Amino acid sequence: MANIPENLRYSKDHEWVLVSGDVASIGITDYAQSSLGDVVYVDLPRAGDKFGTHEAFGSVESVKAVSEIFTPVAGEVVEVNDGLNDTPEKVNNDPYGDAWFIKVKMENPGEADAMLSSEEYDEYLSSNA
Amino acid sequence: MDAKLMAEVELKTTPLNKAHRELGGKMVDFGGWDMPVQYTAGVIEEHMRTRTAAGLFDVSHMGEIWVEGVDAIAFVNGLTTNDATKLADGQAHYSALTNENGGVVDDLLVYRFGAEKLLLVVNAATTEKDWDWITSHTNNEAVTLTNASADYCQIAVQGPKALGILQQLTETPLDEIKYYWFTTGKVDGVESIISRTGYTGEDGFEVYANAEFAEQLWNKILDTGNFGEPDGILPAGLAARNTLRLESAMSLYGHELADDISPLEAGLGWITKLQKGDFIGRDALITQKEAGPSRKLVGFEMTDRGIARDGFDVYISDKKVGVVTSGSPAPFLKKNIGLAFLPPQFANIGQEIKIDIRGKHLAAVVVETPFYRRQK
Repeated sequence: MANIPENLRYSKDHEWVLVSGDVASIGITDYAQSSLGDVVYVDLPRAGDKFGTHEAFGSVESVKAVSEIFTPVAGEVVEVNDGLNDTPEKVNNDPYGDAWFIKVKMENPGEADAMLSSEEYDEYLSSNA
Repeated sequence: MDAKLMAEVELKTTPLNKAHRELGGKMVDFGGWDMPVQYTAGVIEEHMRTRTAAGLFDVSHMGEIWVEGVDAIAFVNGLTTNDATKLADGQAHYSALTNENGGVVDDLLVYRFGAEKLLLVVNAATTEKDWDWITSHTNNEAVTLTNASADYCQIAVQGPKALGILQQLTETPLDEIKYYWFTTGKVDGVESIISRTGYTGEDGFEVYANAEFAEQLWNKILDTGNFGEPDGILPAGLAARNTLRLESAMSLYGHELADDISPLEAGLGWITKLQKGDFIGRDALITQKEAGPSRKLVGFEMTDRGIARDGFDVYISDKKVGVVTSGSPAPFLKKNIGLAFLPPQFANIGQEIKIDIRGKHLAAVVVETPFYRRQK
């Protein structure tokens, strides 16, 4: 069973968001990393880049597959987890911790509230995955 | 979904399907077969373990076709590019079925059991196509053809420990079997064909036996190979099989080989014996060889950060010149590598190329193949 922490919000594209004030940390879920398999490459934007809601901001590649990653919330990138360049396997090992991808200063800090709760995401996985 | 649709999407299974699921295999549709793409260890570990210890692969989905009769060798020689008259009893070779245009219907192994008995081992997804092709090209020869694909399981034990593991299960002296030779013998008491072949670039064996013994052999080899120990054997899925063959620059049908790709273009001149006498596609291949093929298969490695994938375009000086046939990270070499077709004037070692990776043109360089060669 996929691990789905209760304190996060989720997208149907399998991103998670951790909100702290008006800043959202974004990563991919345990389900997503498990589906991809061994992650070997992460392509991320730069601090200062701006994205709307549901824009592709980067990609994550496993040995077998490549997957785009989307912004669940709109805003400006304030921090990038550059360490993932050298240790992409963290996406597999610690998807909700060390392997956050970017932090975004949200345009509309309420936007994350509209995302799926852990329960809703769990239900979504059960019915769609 | 109604019953009719269900029937249409039902996947074929090998006799090891249950074993894969019990081992945590992540099952995928591979050319109509329900096969494990990886197990719980993951593709990188499965790949590395095959290079450093041993990997166990279920290749029971491959097709087996017997050709028997007085004309068996002549018949196969008329369908395939390699020279089947050169095989000795107990010897096998890599070959290709070609069409009239010199394109590849399939690549295959030809095993000689006797002057009147050959076994063709063909790709899973093309077994029906090959069977139709072969049976439609009989012409009053004295041959009996048998599609025995469902009767056999095929299990590949590959890696530096493969011989030591398998030897514990058979009295057949395995070190006496040379590369691309085979014998029949008992493995764990089960009558088997033991072939020193593989698709990983490692030493190893492929064992063919009656399908009903598949689970027994599979589990016995895992136990004997200390599955579960850090340096023990690991079951390995299709993803590792693909990265292992790619590091060794072996062709995969549907990628480097296809109905409209000739063996000469794909770098298989060494199995294309144009002087051996007539075979289907020979005239077209002779013409192509005299004119020089219009494209050549090359190996490349990425010099920029990025991973080339199958189907990506290749550019030189902003002009599209070719296409990637297989591209992937190479777990053992820790590089991003691939195979691509290029016009012959660019198919030289050291040629700098660009790969279009989702709109970015990233640098790569043509290198020698195989990318990986085991230390003997």
